[in-house]
Amino acid sequence: MKSVRLDQARDEHFLRRVQEESGQDISTCYQCGKCSAGCPGAQFYDRQVSQIMRAVQLGLKDEALRNRSLWLCMSCQTCSARCPNNIDVATVMETLRHMARREGWVQVRPIESFWKAFLDTVRMTGRSFEVGVMADFMLRTGRGWSNMEIAPAALSKRKLPFLPHFIQGRDEIARIFKRYAEKGARQ
Amino acid sequence: MKYAYYPGCSGYGTSKEYEASTQAVIRSLKLDFTDIGDWSCCGSTPAHSLDAVLSAALSARNLMLAARTGAEGVVTPCPSCLSNLKLARHRMQKDDFKAKVDALLDAPTPPDAEDLPDTFSFLQVLVEQVGLDSIGKAVAKPLSGVKVACYYGCLMSRPKDVMCFDDPENPMALDNLMSALGAEVVPFSLKTECCGASFGIARKDMTANLVGRILGTAKAFGADAVVTACPLCHMNLDLRQAQAARASGEKFDLPVFYFTQLLGYSLGLTGADLMLEKLVISPEAFFKKVTASRAAQNQQREPEAAPPSAEPAGASEEGGAQTEQGGAL
Repeated sequence: MKSVRLDQARDEHFLRRVQEESGQDISTCYQCGKCSAGCPGAQFYDRQVSQIMRAVQLGLKDEALRNRSLWLCMSCQTCSARCPNNIDVATVMETLRHMARREGWVQVRPIESFWKAFLDTVRMTGRSFEVGVMADFMLRTGRGWSNMEIAPAALSKRKLPFLPHFIQGRDEIARIFKRYAEKGARQ
Repeated sequence: MKYAYYPGCSGYGTSKEYEASTQAVIRSLKLDFTDIGDWSCCGSTPAHSLDAVLSAALSARNLMLAARTGAEGVVTPCPSCLSNLKLARHRMQKDDFKAKVDALLDAPTPPDAEDLPDTFSFLQVLVEQVGLDSIGKAVAKPLSGVKVACYYGCLMSRPKDVMCFDDPENPMALDNLMSALGAEVVPFSLKTECCGASFGIARKDMTANLVGRILGTAKAFGADAVVTACPLCHMNLDLRQAQAARASGEKFDLPVFYFTQLLGYSLGLTGADLMLEKLVISPEAFFKKVTASRAAQNQQREPEAAPPSAEPAGASEEGGAQTEQGGAL
């Protein structure tokens, strides 16, 4: 088991950044565990939500940012709905995910690859496009189509158009992504 | 309030039947929504998972297009679009956040973000603006004799202080609507439990597990069908039902409807207005139950009036509807 010297490991700057970026007062968390108890992702997590909240309170940056749970959180907001101290826990989780990404600490690559694949189709066409997302995801991950068994139903019901719809203002959308990428490069 | 309609991308792909039935209900109830025109994707979960400002910028473009039509509100059938559009306007009321969003856009948003239209779910507009009384009066074919479980998904009422609609833990809008259509609504403890959202591609084990719990619970409560209001929930519960069945070892055979399909059916709509043939799990048994129950009710109501040789009142109409259903399926 790893031991941590709490007096030395405390990163005040990290704690302040989380509070500022999420707009949440983490100090009001009294570890009741309701967020963990109601979390539909809990069974897949390596750290429970309440443990992550505690790590943030203690300023343990590594503990809070280097875990798979941040990437497996489905943003359902059950934790926020149930927090007795009205902390928007889901927004804290999302803020930590953004911070982990900036540190280059993505722990579940395929999830991030899916998000990027999705946004690629939006950047190129102005709208999301399912078949394009799938193809992009397979290219990014080198995975085959792991969902082959639902293909016959999806195809026979003609729910998946094979051609994307290009909106007129797609250049406008591409510029949003371009400025976003430039901003990221500056940071 | 003047509304602009934002369909969302799924309506042109995996949830065609949601878009078709929503449009058909809009026509049937004579609601007047403006077209947004060259709308773009709200960025859905991927955008906000990576960056809140990017997500808000993608949403803001659409809110500005909607504002240009003179609309005071935006209405959308998709809870994910709803969440992004509504949260973008909410967050942009903070100046530093708004400045970051404006920096990504060609033209800045209005100085006061409150001047952008607010966004509402189609369900909210139906319940609060049209009203269950007038919907109830318009019902031509009640959903008698069937039990439904109403599944809202996570987002429609969360976060509570932003969405300002229904209860985040025990929403009732869909329950009340289905009751107004004549269906029996079963109590359902997993109304807002997550279905696994967009994780089906990268982690189908997670969606299969969560969907299995939702369907298994709906079945345990005696539901004949599940009713949804979200394209992603619907895809997970319907298209991925076989994956969930394999993971849990349980056979569900539960049809999963968009609420607009059942509303449309009750309003007397058929065929391309409902697109029931798009559903992976066949709803045939469900509608057989409905028509049989209505026929029995009509027979009970007029046992003396109908001559013994004639068909019971309503039966021929029901028979016709049934063939039509059969043809559509």
